[in-house]
Amino acid sequence: MLSAVLAGFVVAACAPWLAARLGARTGWVLAVLPLALTLYFASFLPRIAAGESMLFQYAWIPGLDIRLGFLLDGLSLLFALLISGIGTLIVIYAGGYLAGQRDLGRFYLFLLSFMASMLGLVLSDNLITLFVFWELTSITSFLLIGFNHEDKTARASALQGLFVTVGGGLALLAGFVLLAQAGGSYDLSMLLSQGEAVRGDALYLPLLLLLLLGAFTKSAQAPFHFWLPNAMAAPTPVSAYLHSATMVKAGVYLLARLQPVVGGTMEWFWLVSLTGALTLLVGGVLALRATGMKRVLAYSTVMALGTLTLLAGIGTPAAATALVTFLLAHSLYKGALFLCAGIIDHEAGVRDLREMGGLRRAMPWTATASIIAALSLAGVMPLFGFIAKEALFEAAVQAPELGTLLTVVAAVGAMFAVAVAGLVAVRPWFGVQATTPRTPHEAPPALLLGPLLLAALGLLFGLWPGLAEHGLLAAAASAVHGAEVVPALALWHGFNLPLLLSVAGLLLGLLLYVQWARVQALLQRLPLERYGAERAYEALMTWMVDVAAWQTRLLQSGYLRRYIFITLATLLLVSGYALATRYPVWPALDISDLRFHELVIALVIVLAGLAAVKARDRLAAVAALGAAGFGVALLYVIFSAPDVGITQVLVETLTVILLVLVLFRLPGYVNTSRGVIHVRDALMGVAVGGLMTWLLLEARNVKLFPSISGYFIEQSVPGGHGHNIVNVILVDFRALDTLGEIFVLGLAAVGVYAMLKLRAEDRR
Amino acid sequence: MKVRHSRILRTAGDMLLPLLLLFSLFLLLRGHDLPGGGFIAGLVASAALALYIFSRDMRSARQVLGTDPRSLLGVGLIIAILSGVPGLLAGDAFLTSEWYTVPLPGGREFTLGTPIIFDIGVYLVVIGAVMTIVLSLAEAEERPWKR
Repeated sequence: MLSAVLAGFVVAACAPWLAARLGARTGWVLAVLPLALTLYFASFLPRIAAGESMLFQYAWIPGLDIRLGFLLDGLSLLFALLISGIGTLIVIYAGGYLAGQRDLGRFYLFLLSFMASMLGLVLSDNLITLFVFWELTSITSFLLIGFNHEDKTARASALQGLFVTVGGGLALLAGFVLLAQAGGSYDLSMLLSQGEAVRGDALYLPLLLLLLLGAFTKSAQAPFHFWLPNAMAAPTPVSAYLHSATMVKAGVYLLARLQPVVGGTMEWFWLVSLTGALTLLVGGVLALRATGMKRVLAYSTVMALGTLTLLAGIGTPAAATALVTFLLAHSLYKGALFLCAGIIDHEAGVRDLREMGGLRRAMPWTATASIIAALSLAGVMPLFGFIAKEALFEAAVQAPELGTLLTVVAAVGAMFAVAVAGLVAVRPWFGVQATTPRTPHEAPPALLLGPLLLAALGLLFGLWPGLAEHGLLAAAASAVHGAEVVPALALWHGFNLPLLLSVAGLLLGLLLYVQWARVQALLQRLPLERYGAERAYEALMTWMVDVAAWQTRLLQSGYLRRYIFITLATLLLVSGYALATRYPVWPALDISDLRFHELVIALVIVLAGLAAVKARDRLAAVAALGAAGFGVALLYVIFSAPDVGITQVLVETLTVILLVLVLFRLPGYVNTSRGVIHVRDALMGVAVGGLMTWLLLEARNVKLFPSISGYFIEQSVPGGHGHNIVNVILVDFRALDTLGEIFVLGLAAVGVYAMLKLRAEDRR
Repeated sequence: MKVRHSRILRTAGDMLLPLLLLFSLFLLLRGHDLPGGGFIAGLVASAALALYIFSRDMRSARQVLGTDPRSLLGVGLIIAILSGVPGLLAGDAFLTSEWYTVPLPGGREFTLGTPIIFDIGVYLVVIGAVMTIVLSLAEAEERPWKR
């Protein structure tokens, strides 16, 4: 299982190398991996269908008891199969779609990394691992949306998608931490039985809100829906895969996965189902408002995501069944439709629905696949989409509350879906043949395989729903609901309310399609560009930049003296407060054993300090400071710390060298400050010096822990094989600390180098 | 840096450089038992090289170094990390010291441990870091910034 998840990353890393050698055949070769994964996951089908759930655990950091766990049950298997199965078709399709692209290798690197991350996301048992994979999908999505990085809009869209999903991811991480606190474990397999404790937790509401924020941003729920249509800047295979079939469903996956743990309360029901309903309506309206084929499909995906969220919110066994059925149906037909849109763009060169028409004669196979998929989208008998829609109505009608409202919303959604299906599968194929930028012709097999297979599966599952139900959906629905669910999917349920709603939706949807030109023109007048959610996002971004600029102006004056002043003032206030409240009495100082030469050295240091302050030019100041430093070094030697003393001497020497190198370039001393400032700085200096003295004197008397020096002295020779205790501590006892320190040293050097070199190059 | 070549400084620099570098090696190797060690030795070597920059010029100092100081920095870090691996291999925690006894002819023994390897890493990092900073500063000076 571990290698199944990680294989994608390994192959991804080899992809650029392979693509450079295989050229146009890369897609077919790389598809072997997702195909093998599909077969591997399919081999679990019998056991999962029998109601088993499997936990694979690998020791990761055994010392800290951190395990890498993968949970395979109906829900995760359904997702894993969708990811690897559709992934296979997408990899092949992309080979044809991007044939001859210079960056094909880079594309596969991102795509396969995404696939592996997504598999990790749906299979993870541990919340932290899940979160890591969750963020990885956001990042790979960012890279794929921005694949045409020379295009400005693609870059902007990629950033937008990243900000929205990663922002939500941050909330999700906090939610996970609260969830683990409430449920007592980071492992989903443990949490699934802790629902009671989690729902009763005092922090249940904030926990729920944080989790939902993460799920809603990822799954493009209103008002975060705007990033998804913009993500269509990505190449079409990416839109079909990430932004329709898999990644955007990660939020839905999370809702479905956590429903047994945090679901089932009133808060959950209201928040989730109403957000879903709102998203469904927003997506439907916007789908009819758009004219680009991919945008229409994108908004209809928003609609579908809303439907899935609505179902997750209802939380009944019927809703769980509808959720998994609709999920599968949507992945099949929407994937196919996106791929067909890509073919039209690729072979005919048109993207705008208003410029399409009569293409069926030129591309009969694409037209067939597209029409079958669209019939499934519209929910026409006998396709799988019809069954999914019936299940949706069933669940909405039986909802414990708001039944009427949710049913109406679902019916309106069905009507929108019919209109969208007409737009994407009637308009391009029928009617008067439009003149297109390229002479339309049928697509090559690599492009056709995906849409045809997906559409055929939609038909197959429609005719024999038992195939999908007994194979997987029953187990998946049980996993969503948290208890065994026995769905009864069938084409014919008799004359009932859902059927009536289906027929009504179909007729109204057809009417909407016929009147589309007028509806679209009407909707176009909505001032969404000025007041929409995207505008709010942009305003937020502008505001953030403004705040950053404001606080930079406030804090980053660029004057070293001001930085030092603020730092010292903070030290004085914070440490001084702590010291004054805890040890208000100035410690007694016994100076009876002070010897004459120590006194002389101390005096030299003080005098050198004063000289540095009063110096008239820089060189004198540096020399005076050096004298003070050497005095301190002498003190070290006297108090039997020769190593520290030597180091101090050497550091002082090097400091002087460095200062000399810098001094040449500084302007001469100019006195720019007034007397008041001098007094203020002197007071600050004396105060900080006094504070440090107080602190040191106090530190001698405070012992929070027994001293470890004894141990070091004792163990230096037998344990460390060395007589120089300081060195033994540095390179043996506390070697890890030293390692960290030399890394810091290296970083500082590289930082100085970068600052000086890059800046010098900038100026030239 | 335009050094007005003082003959005294140059002669002294030429003679002091090898002596100081040898001294730094001496400090490095004896550090485990007597005052010294990688950090101090690295500082001595850096000071010696800095002196050489003043007495000769930067190109000569770079020639003595033989490589870019940043490579020295990286190599030093890698050596320090690698010195922790024997501990891991022996089944202990990372960076646990391991000691090996090498018999010398004449019936004497010589103990050798991973800490000295670690210390060599520290030595190289210190030289690399200080020389990176010194050389960048000195070179930035050669091309005066135009305002």
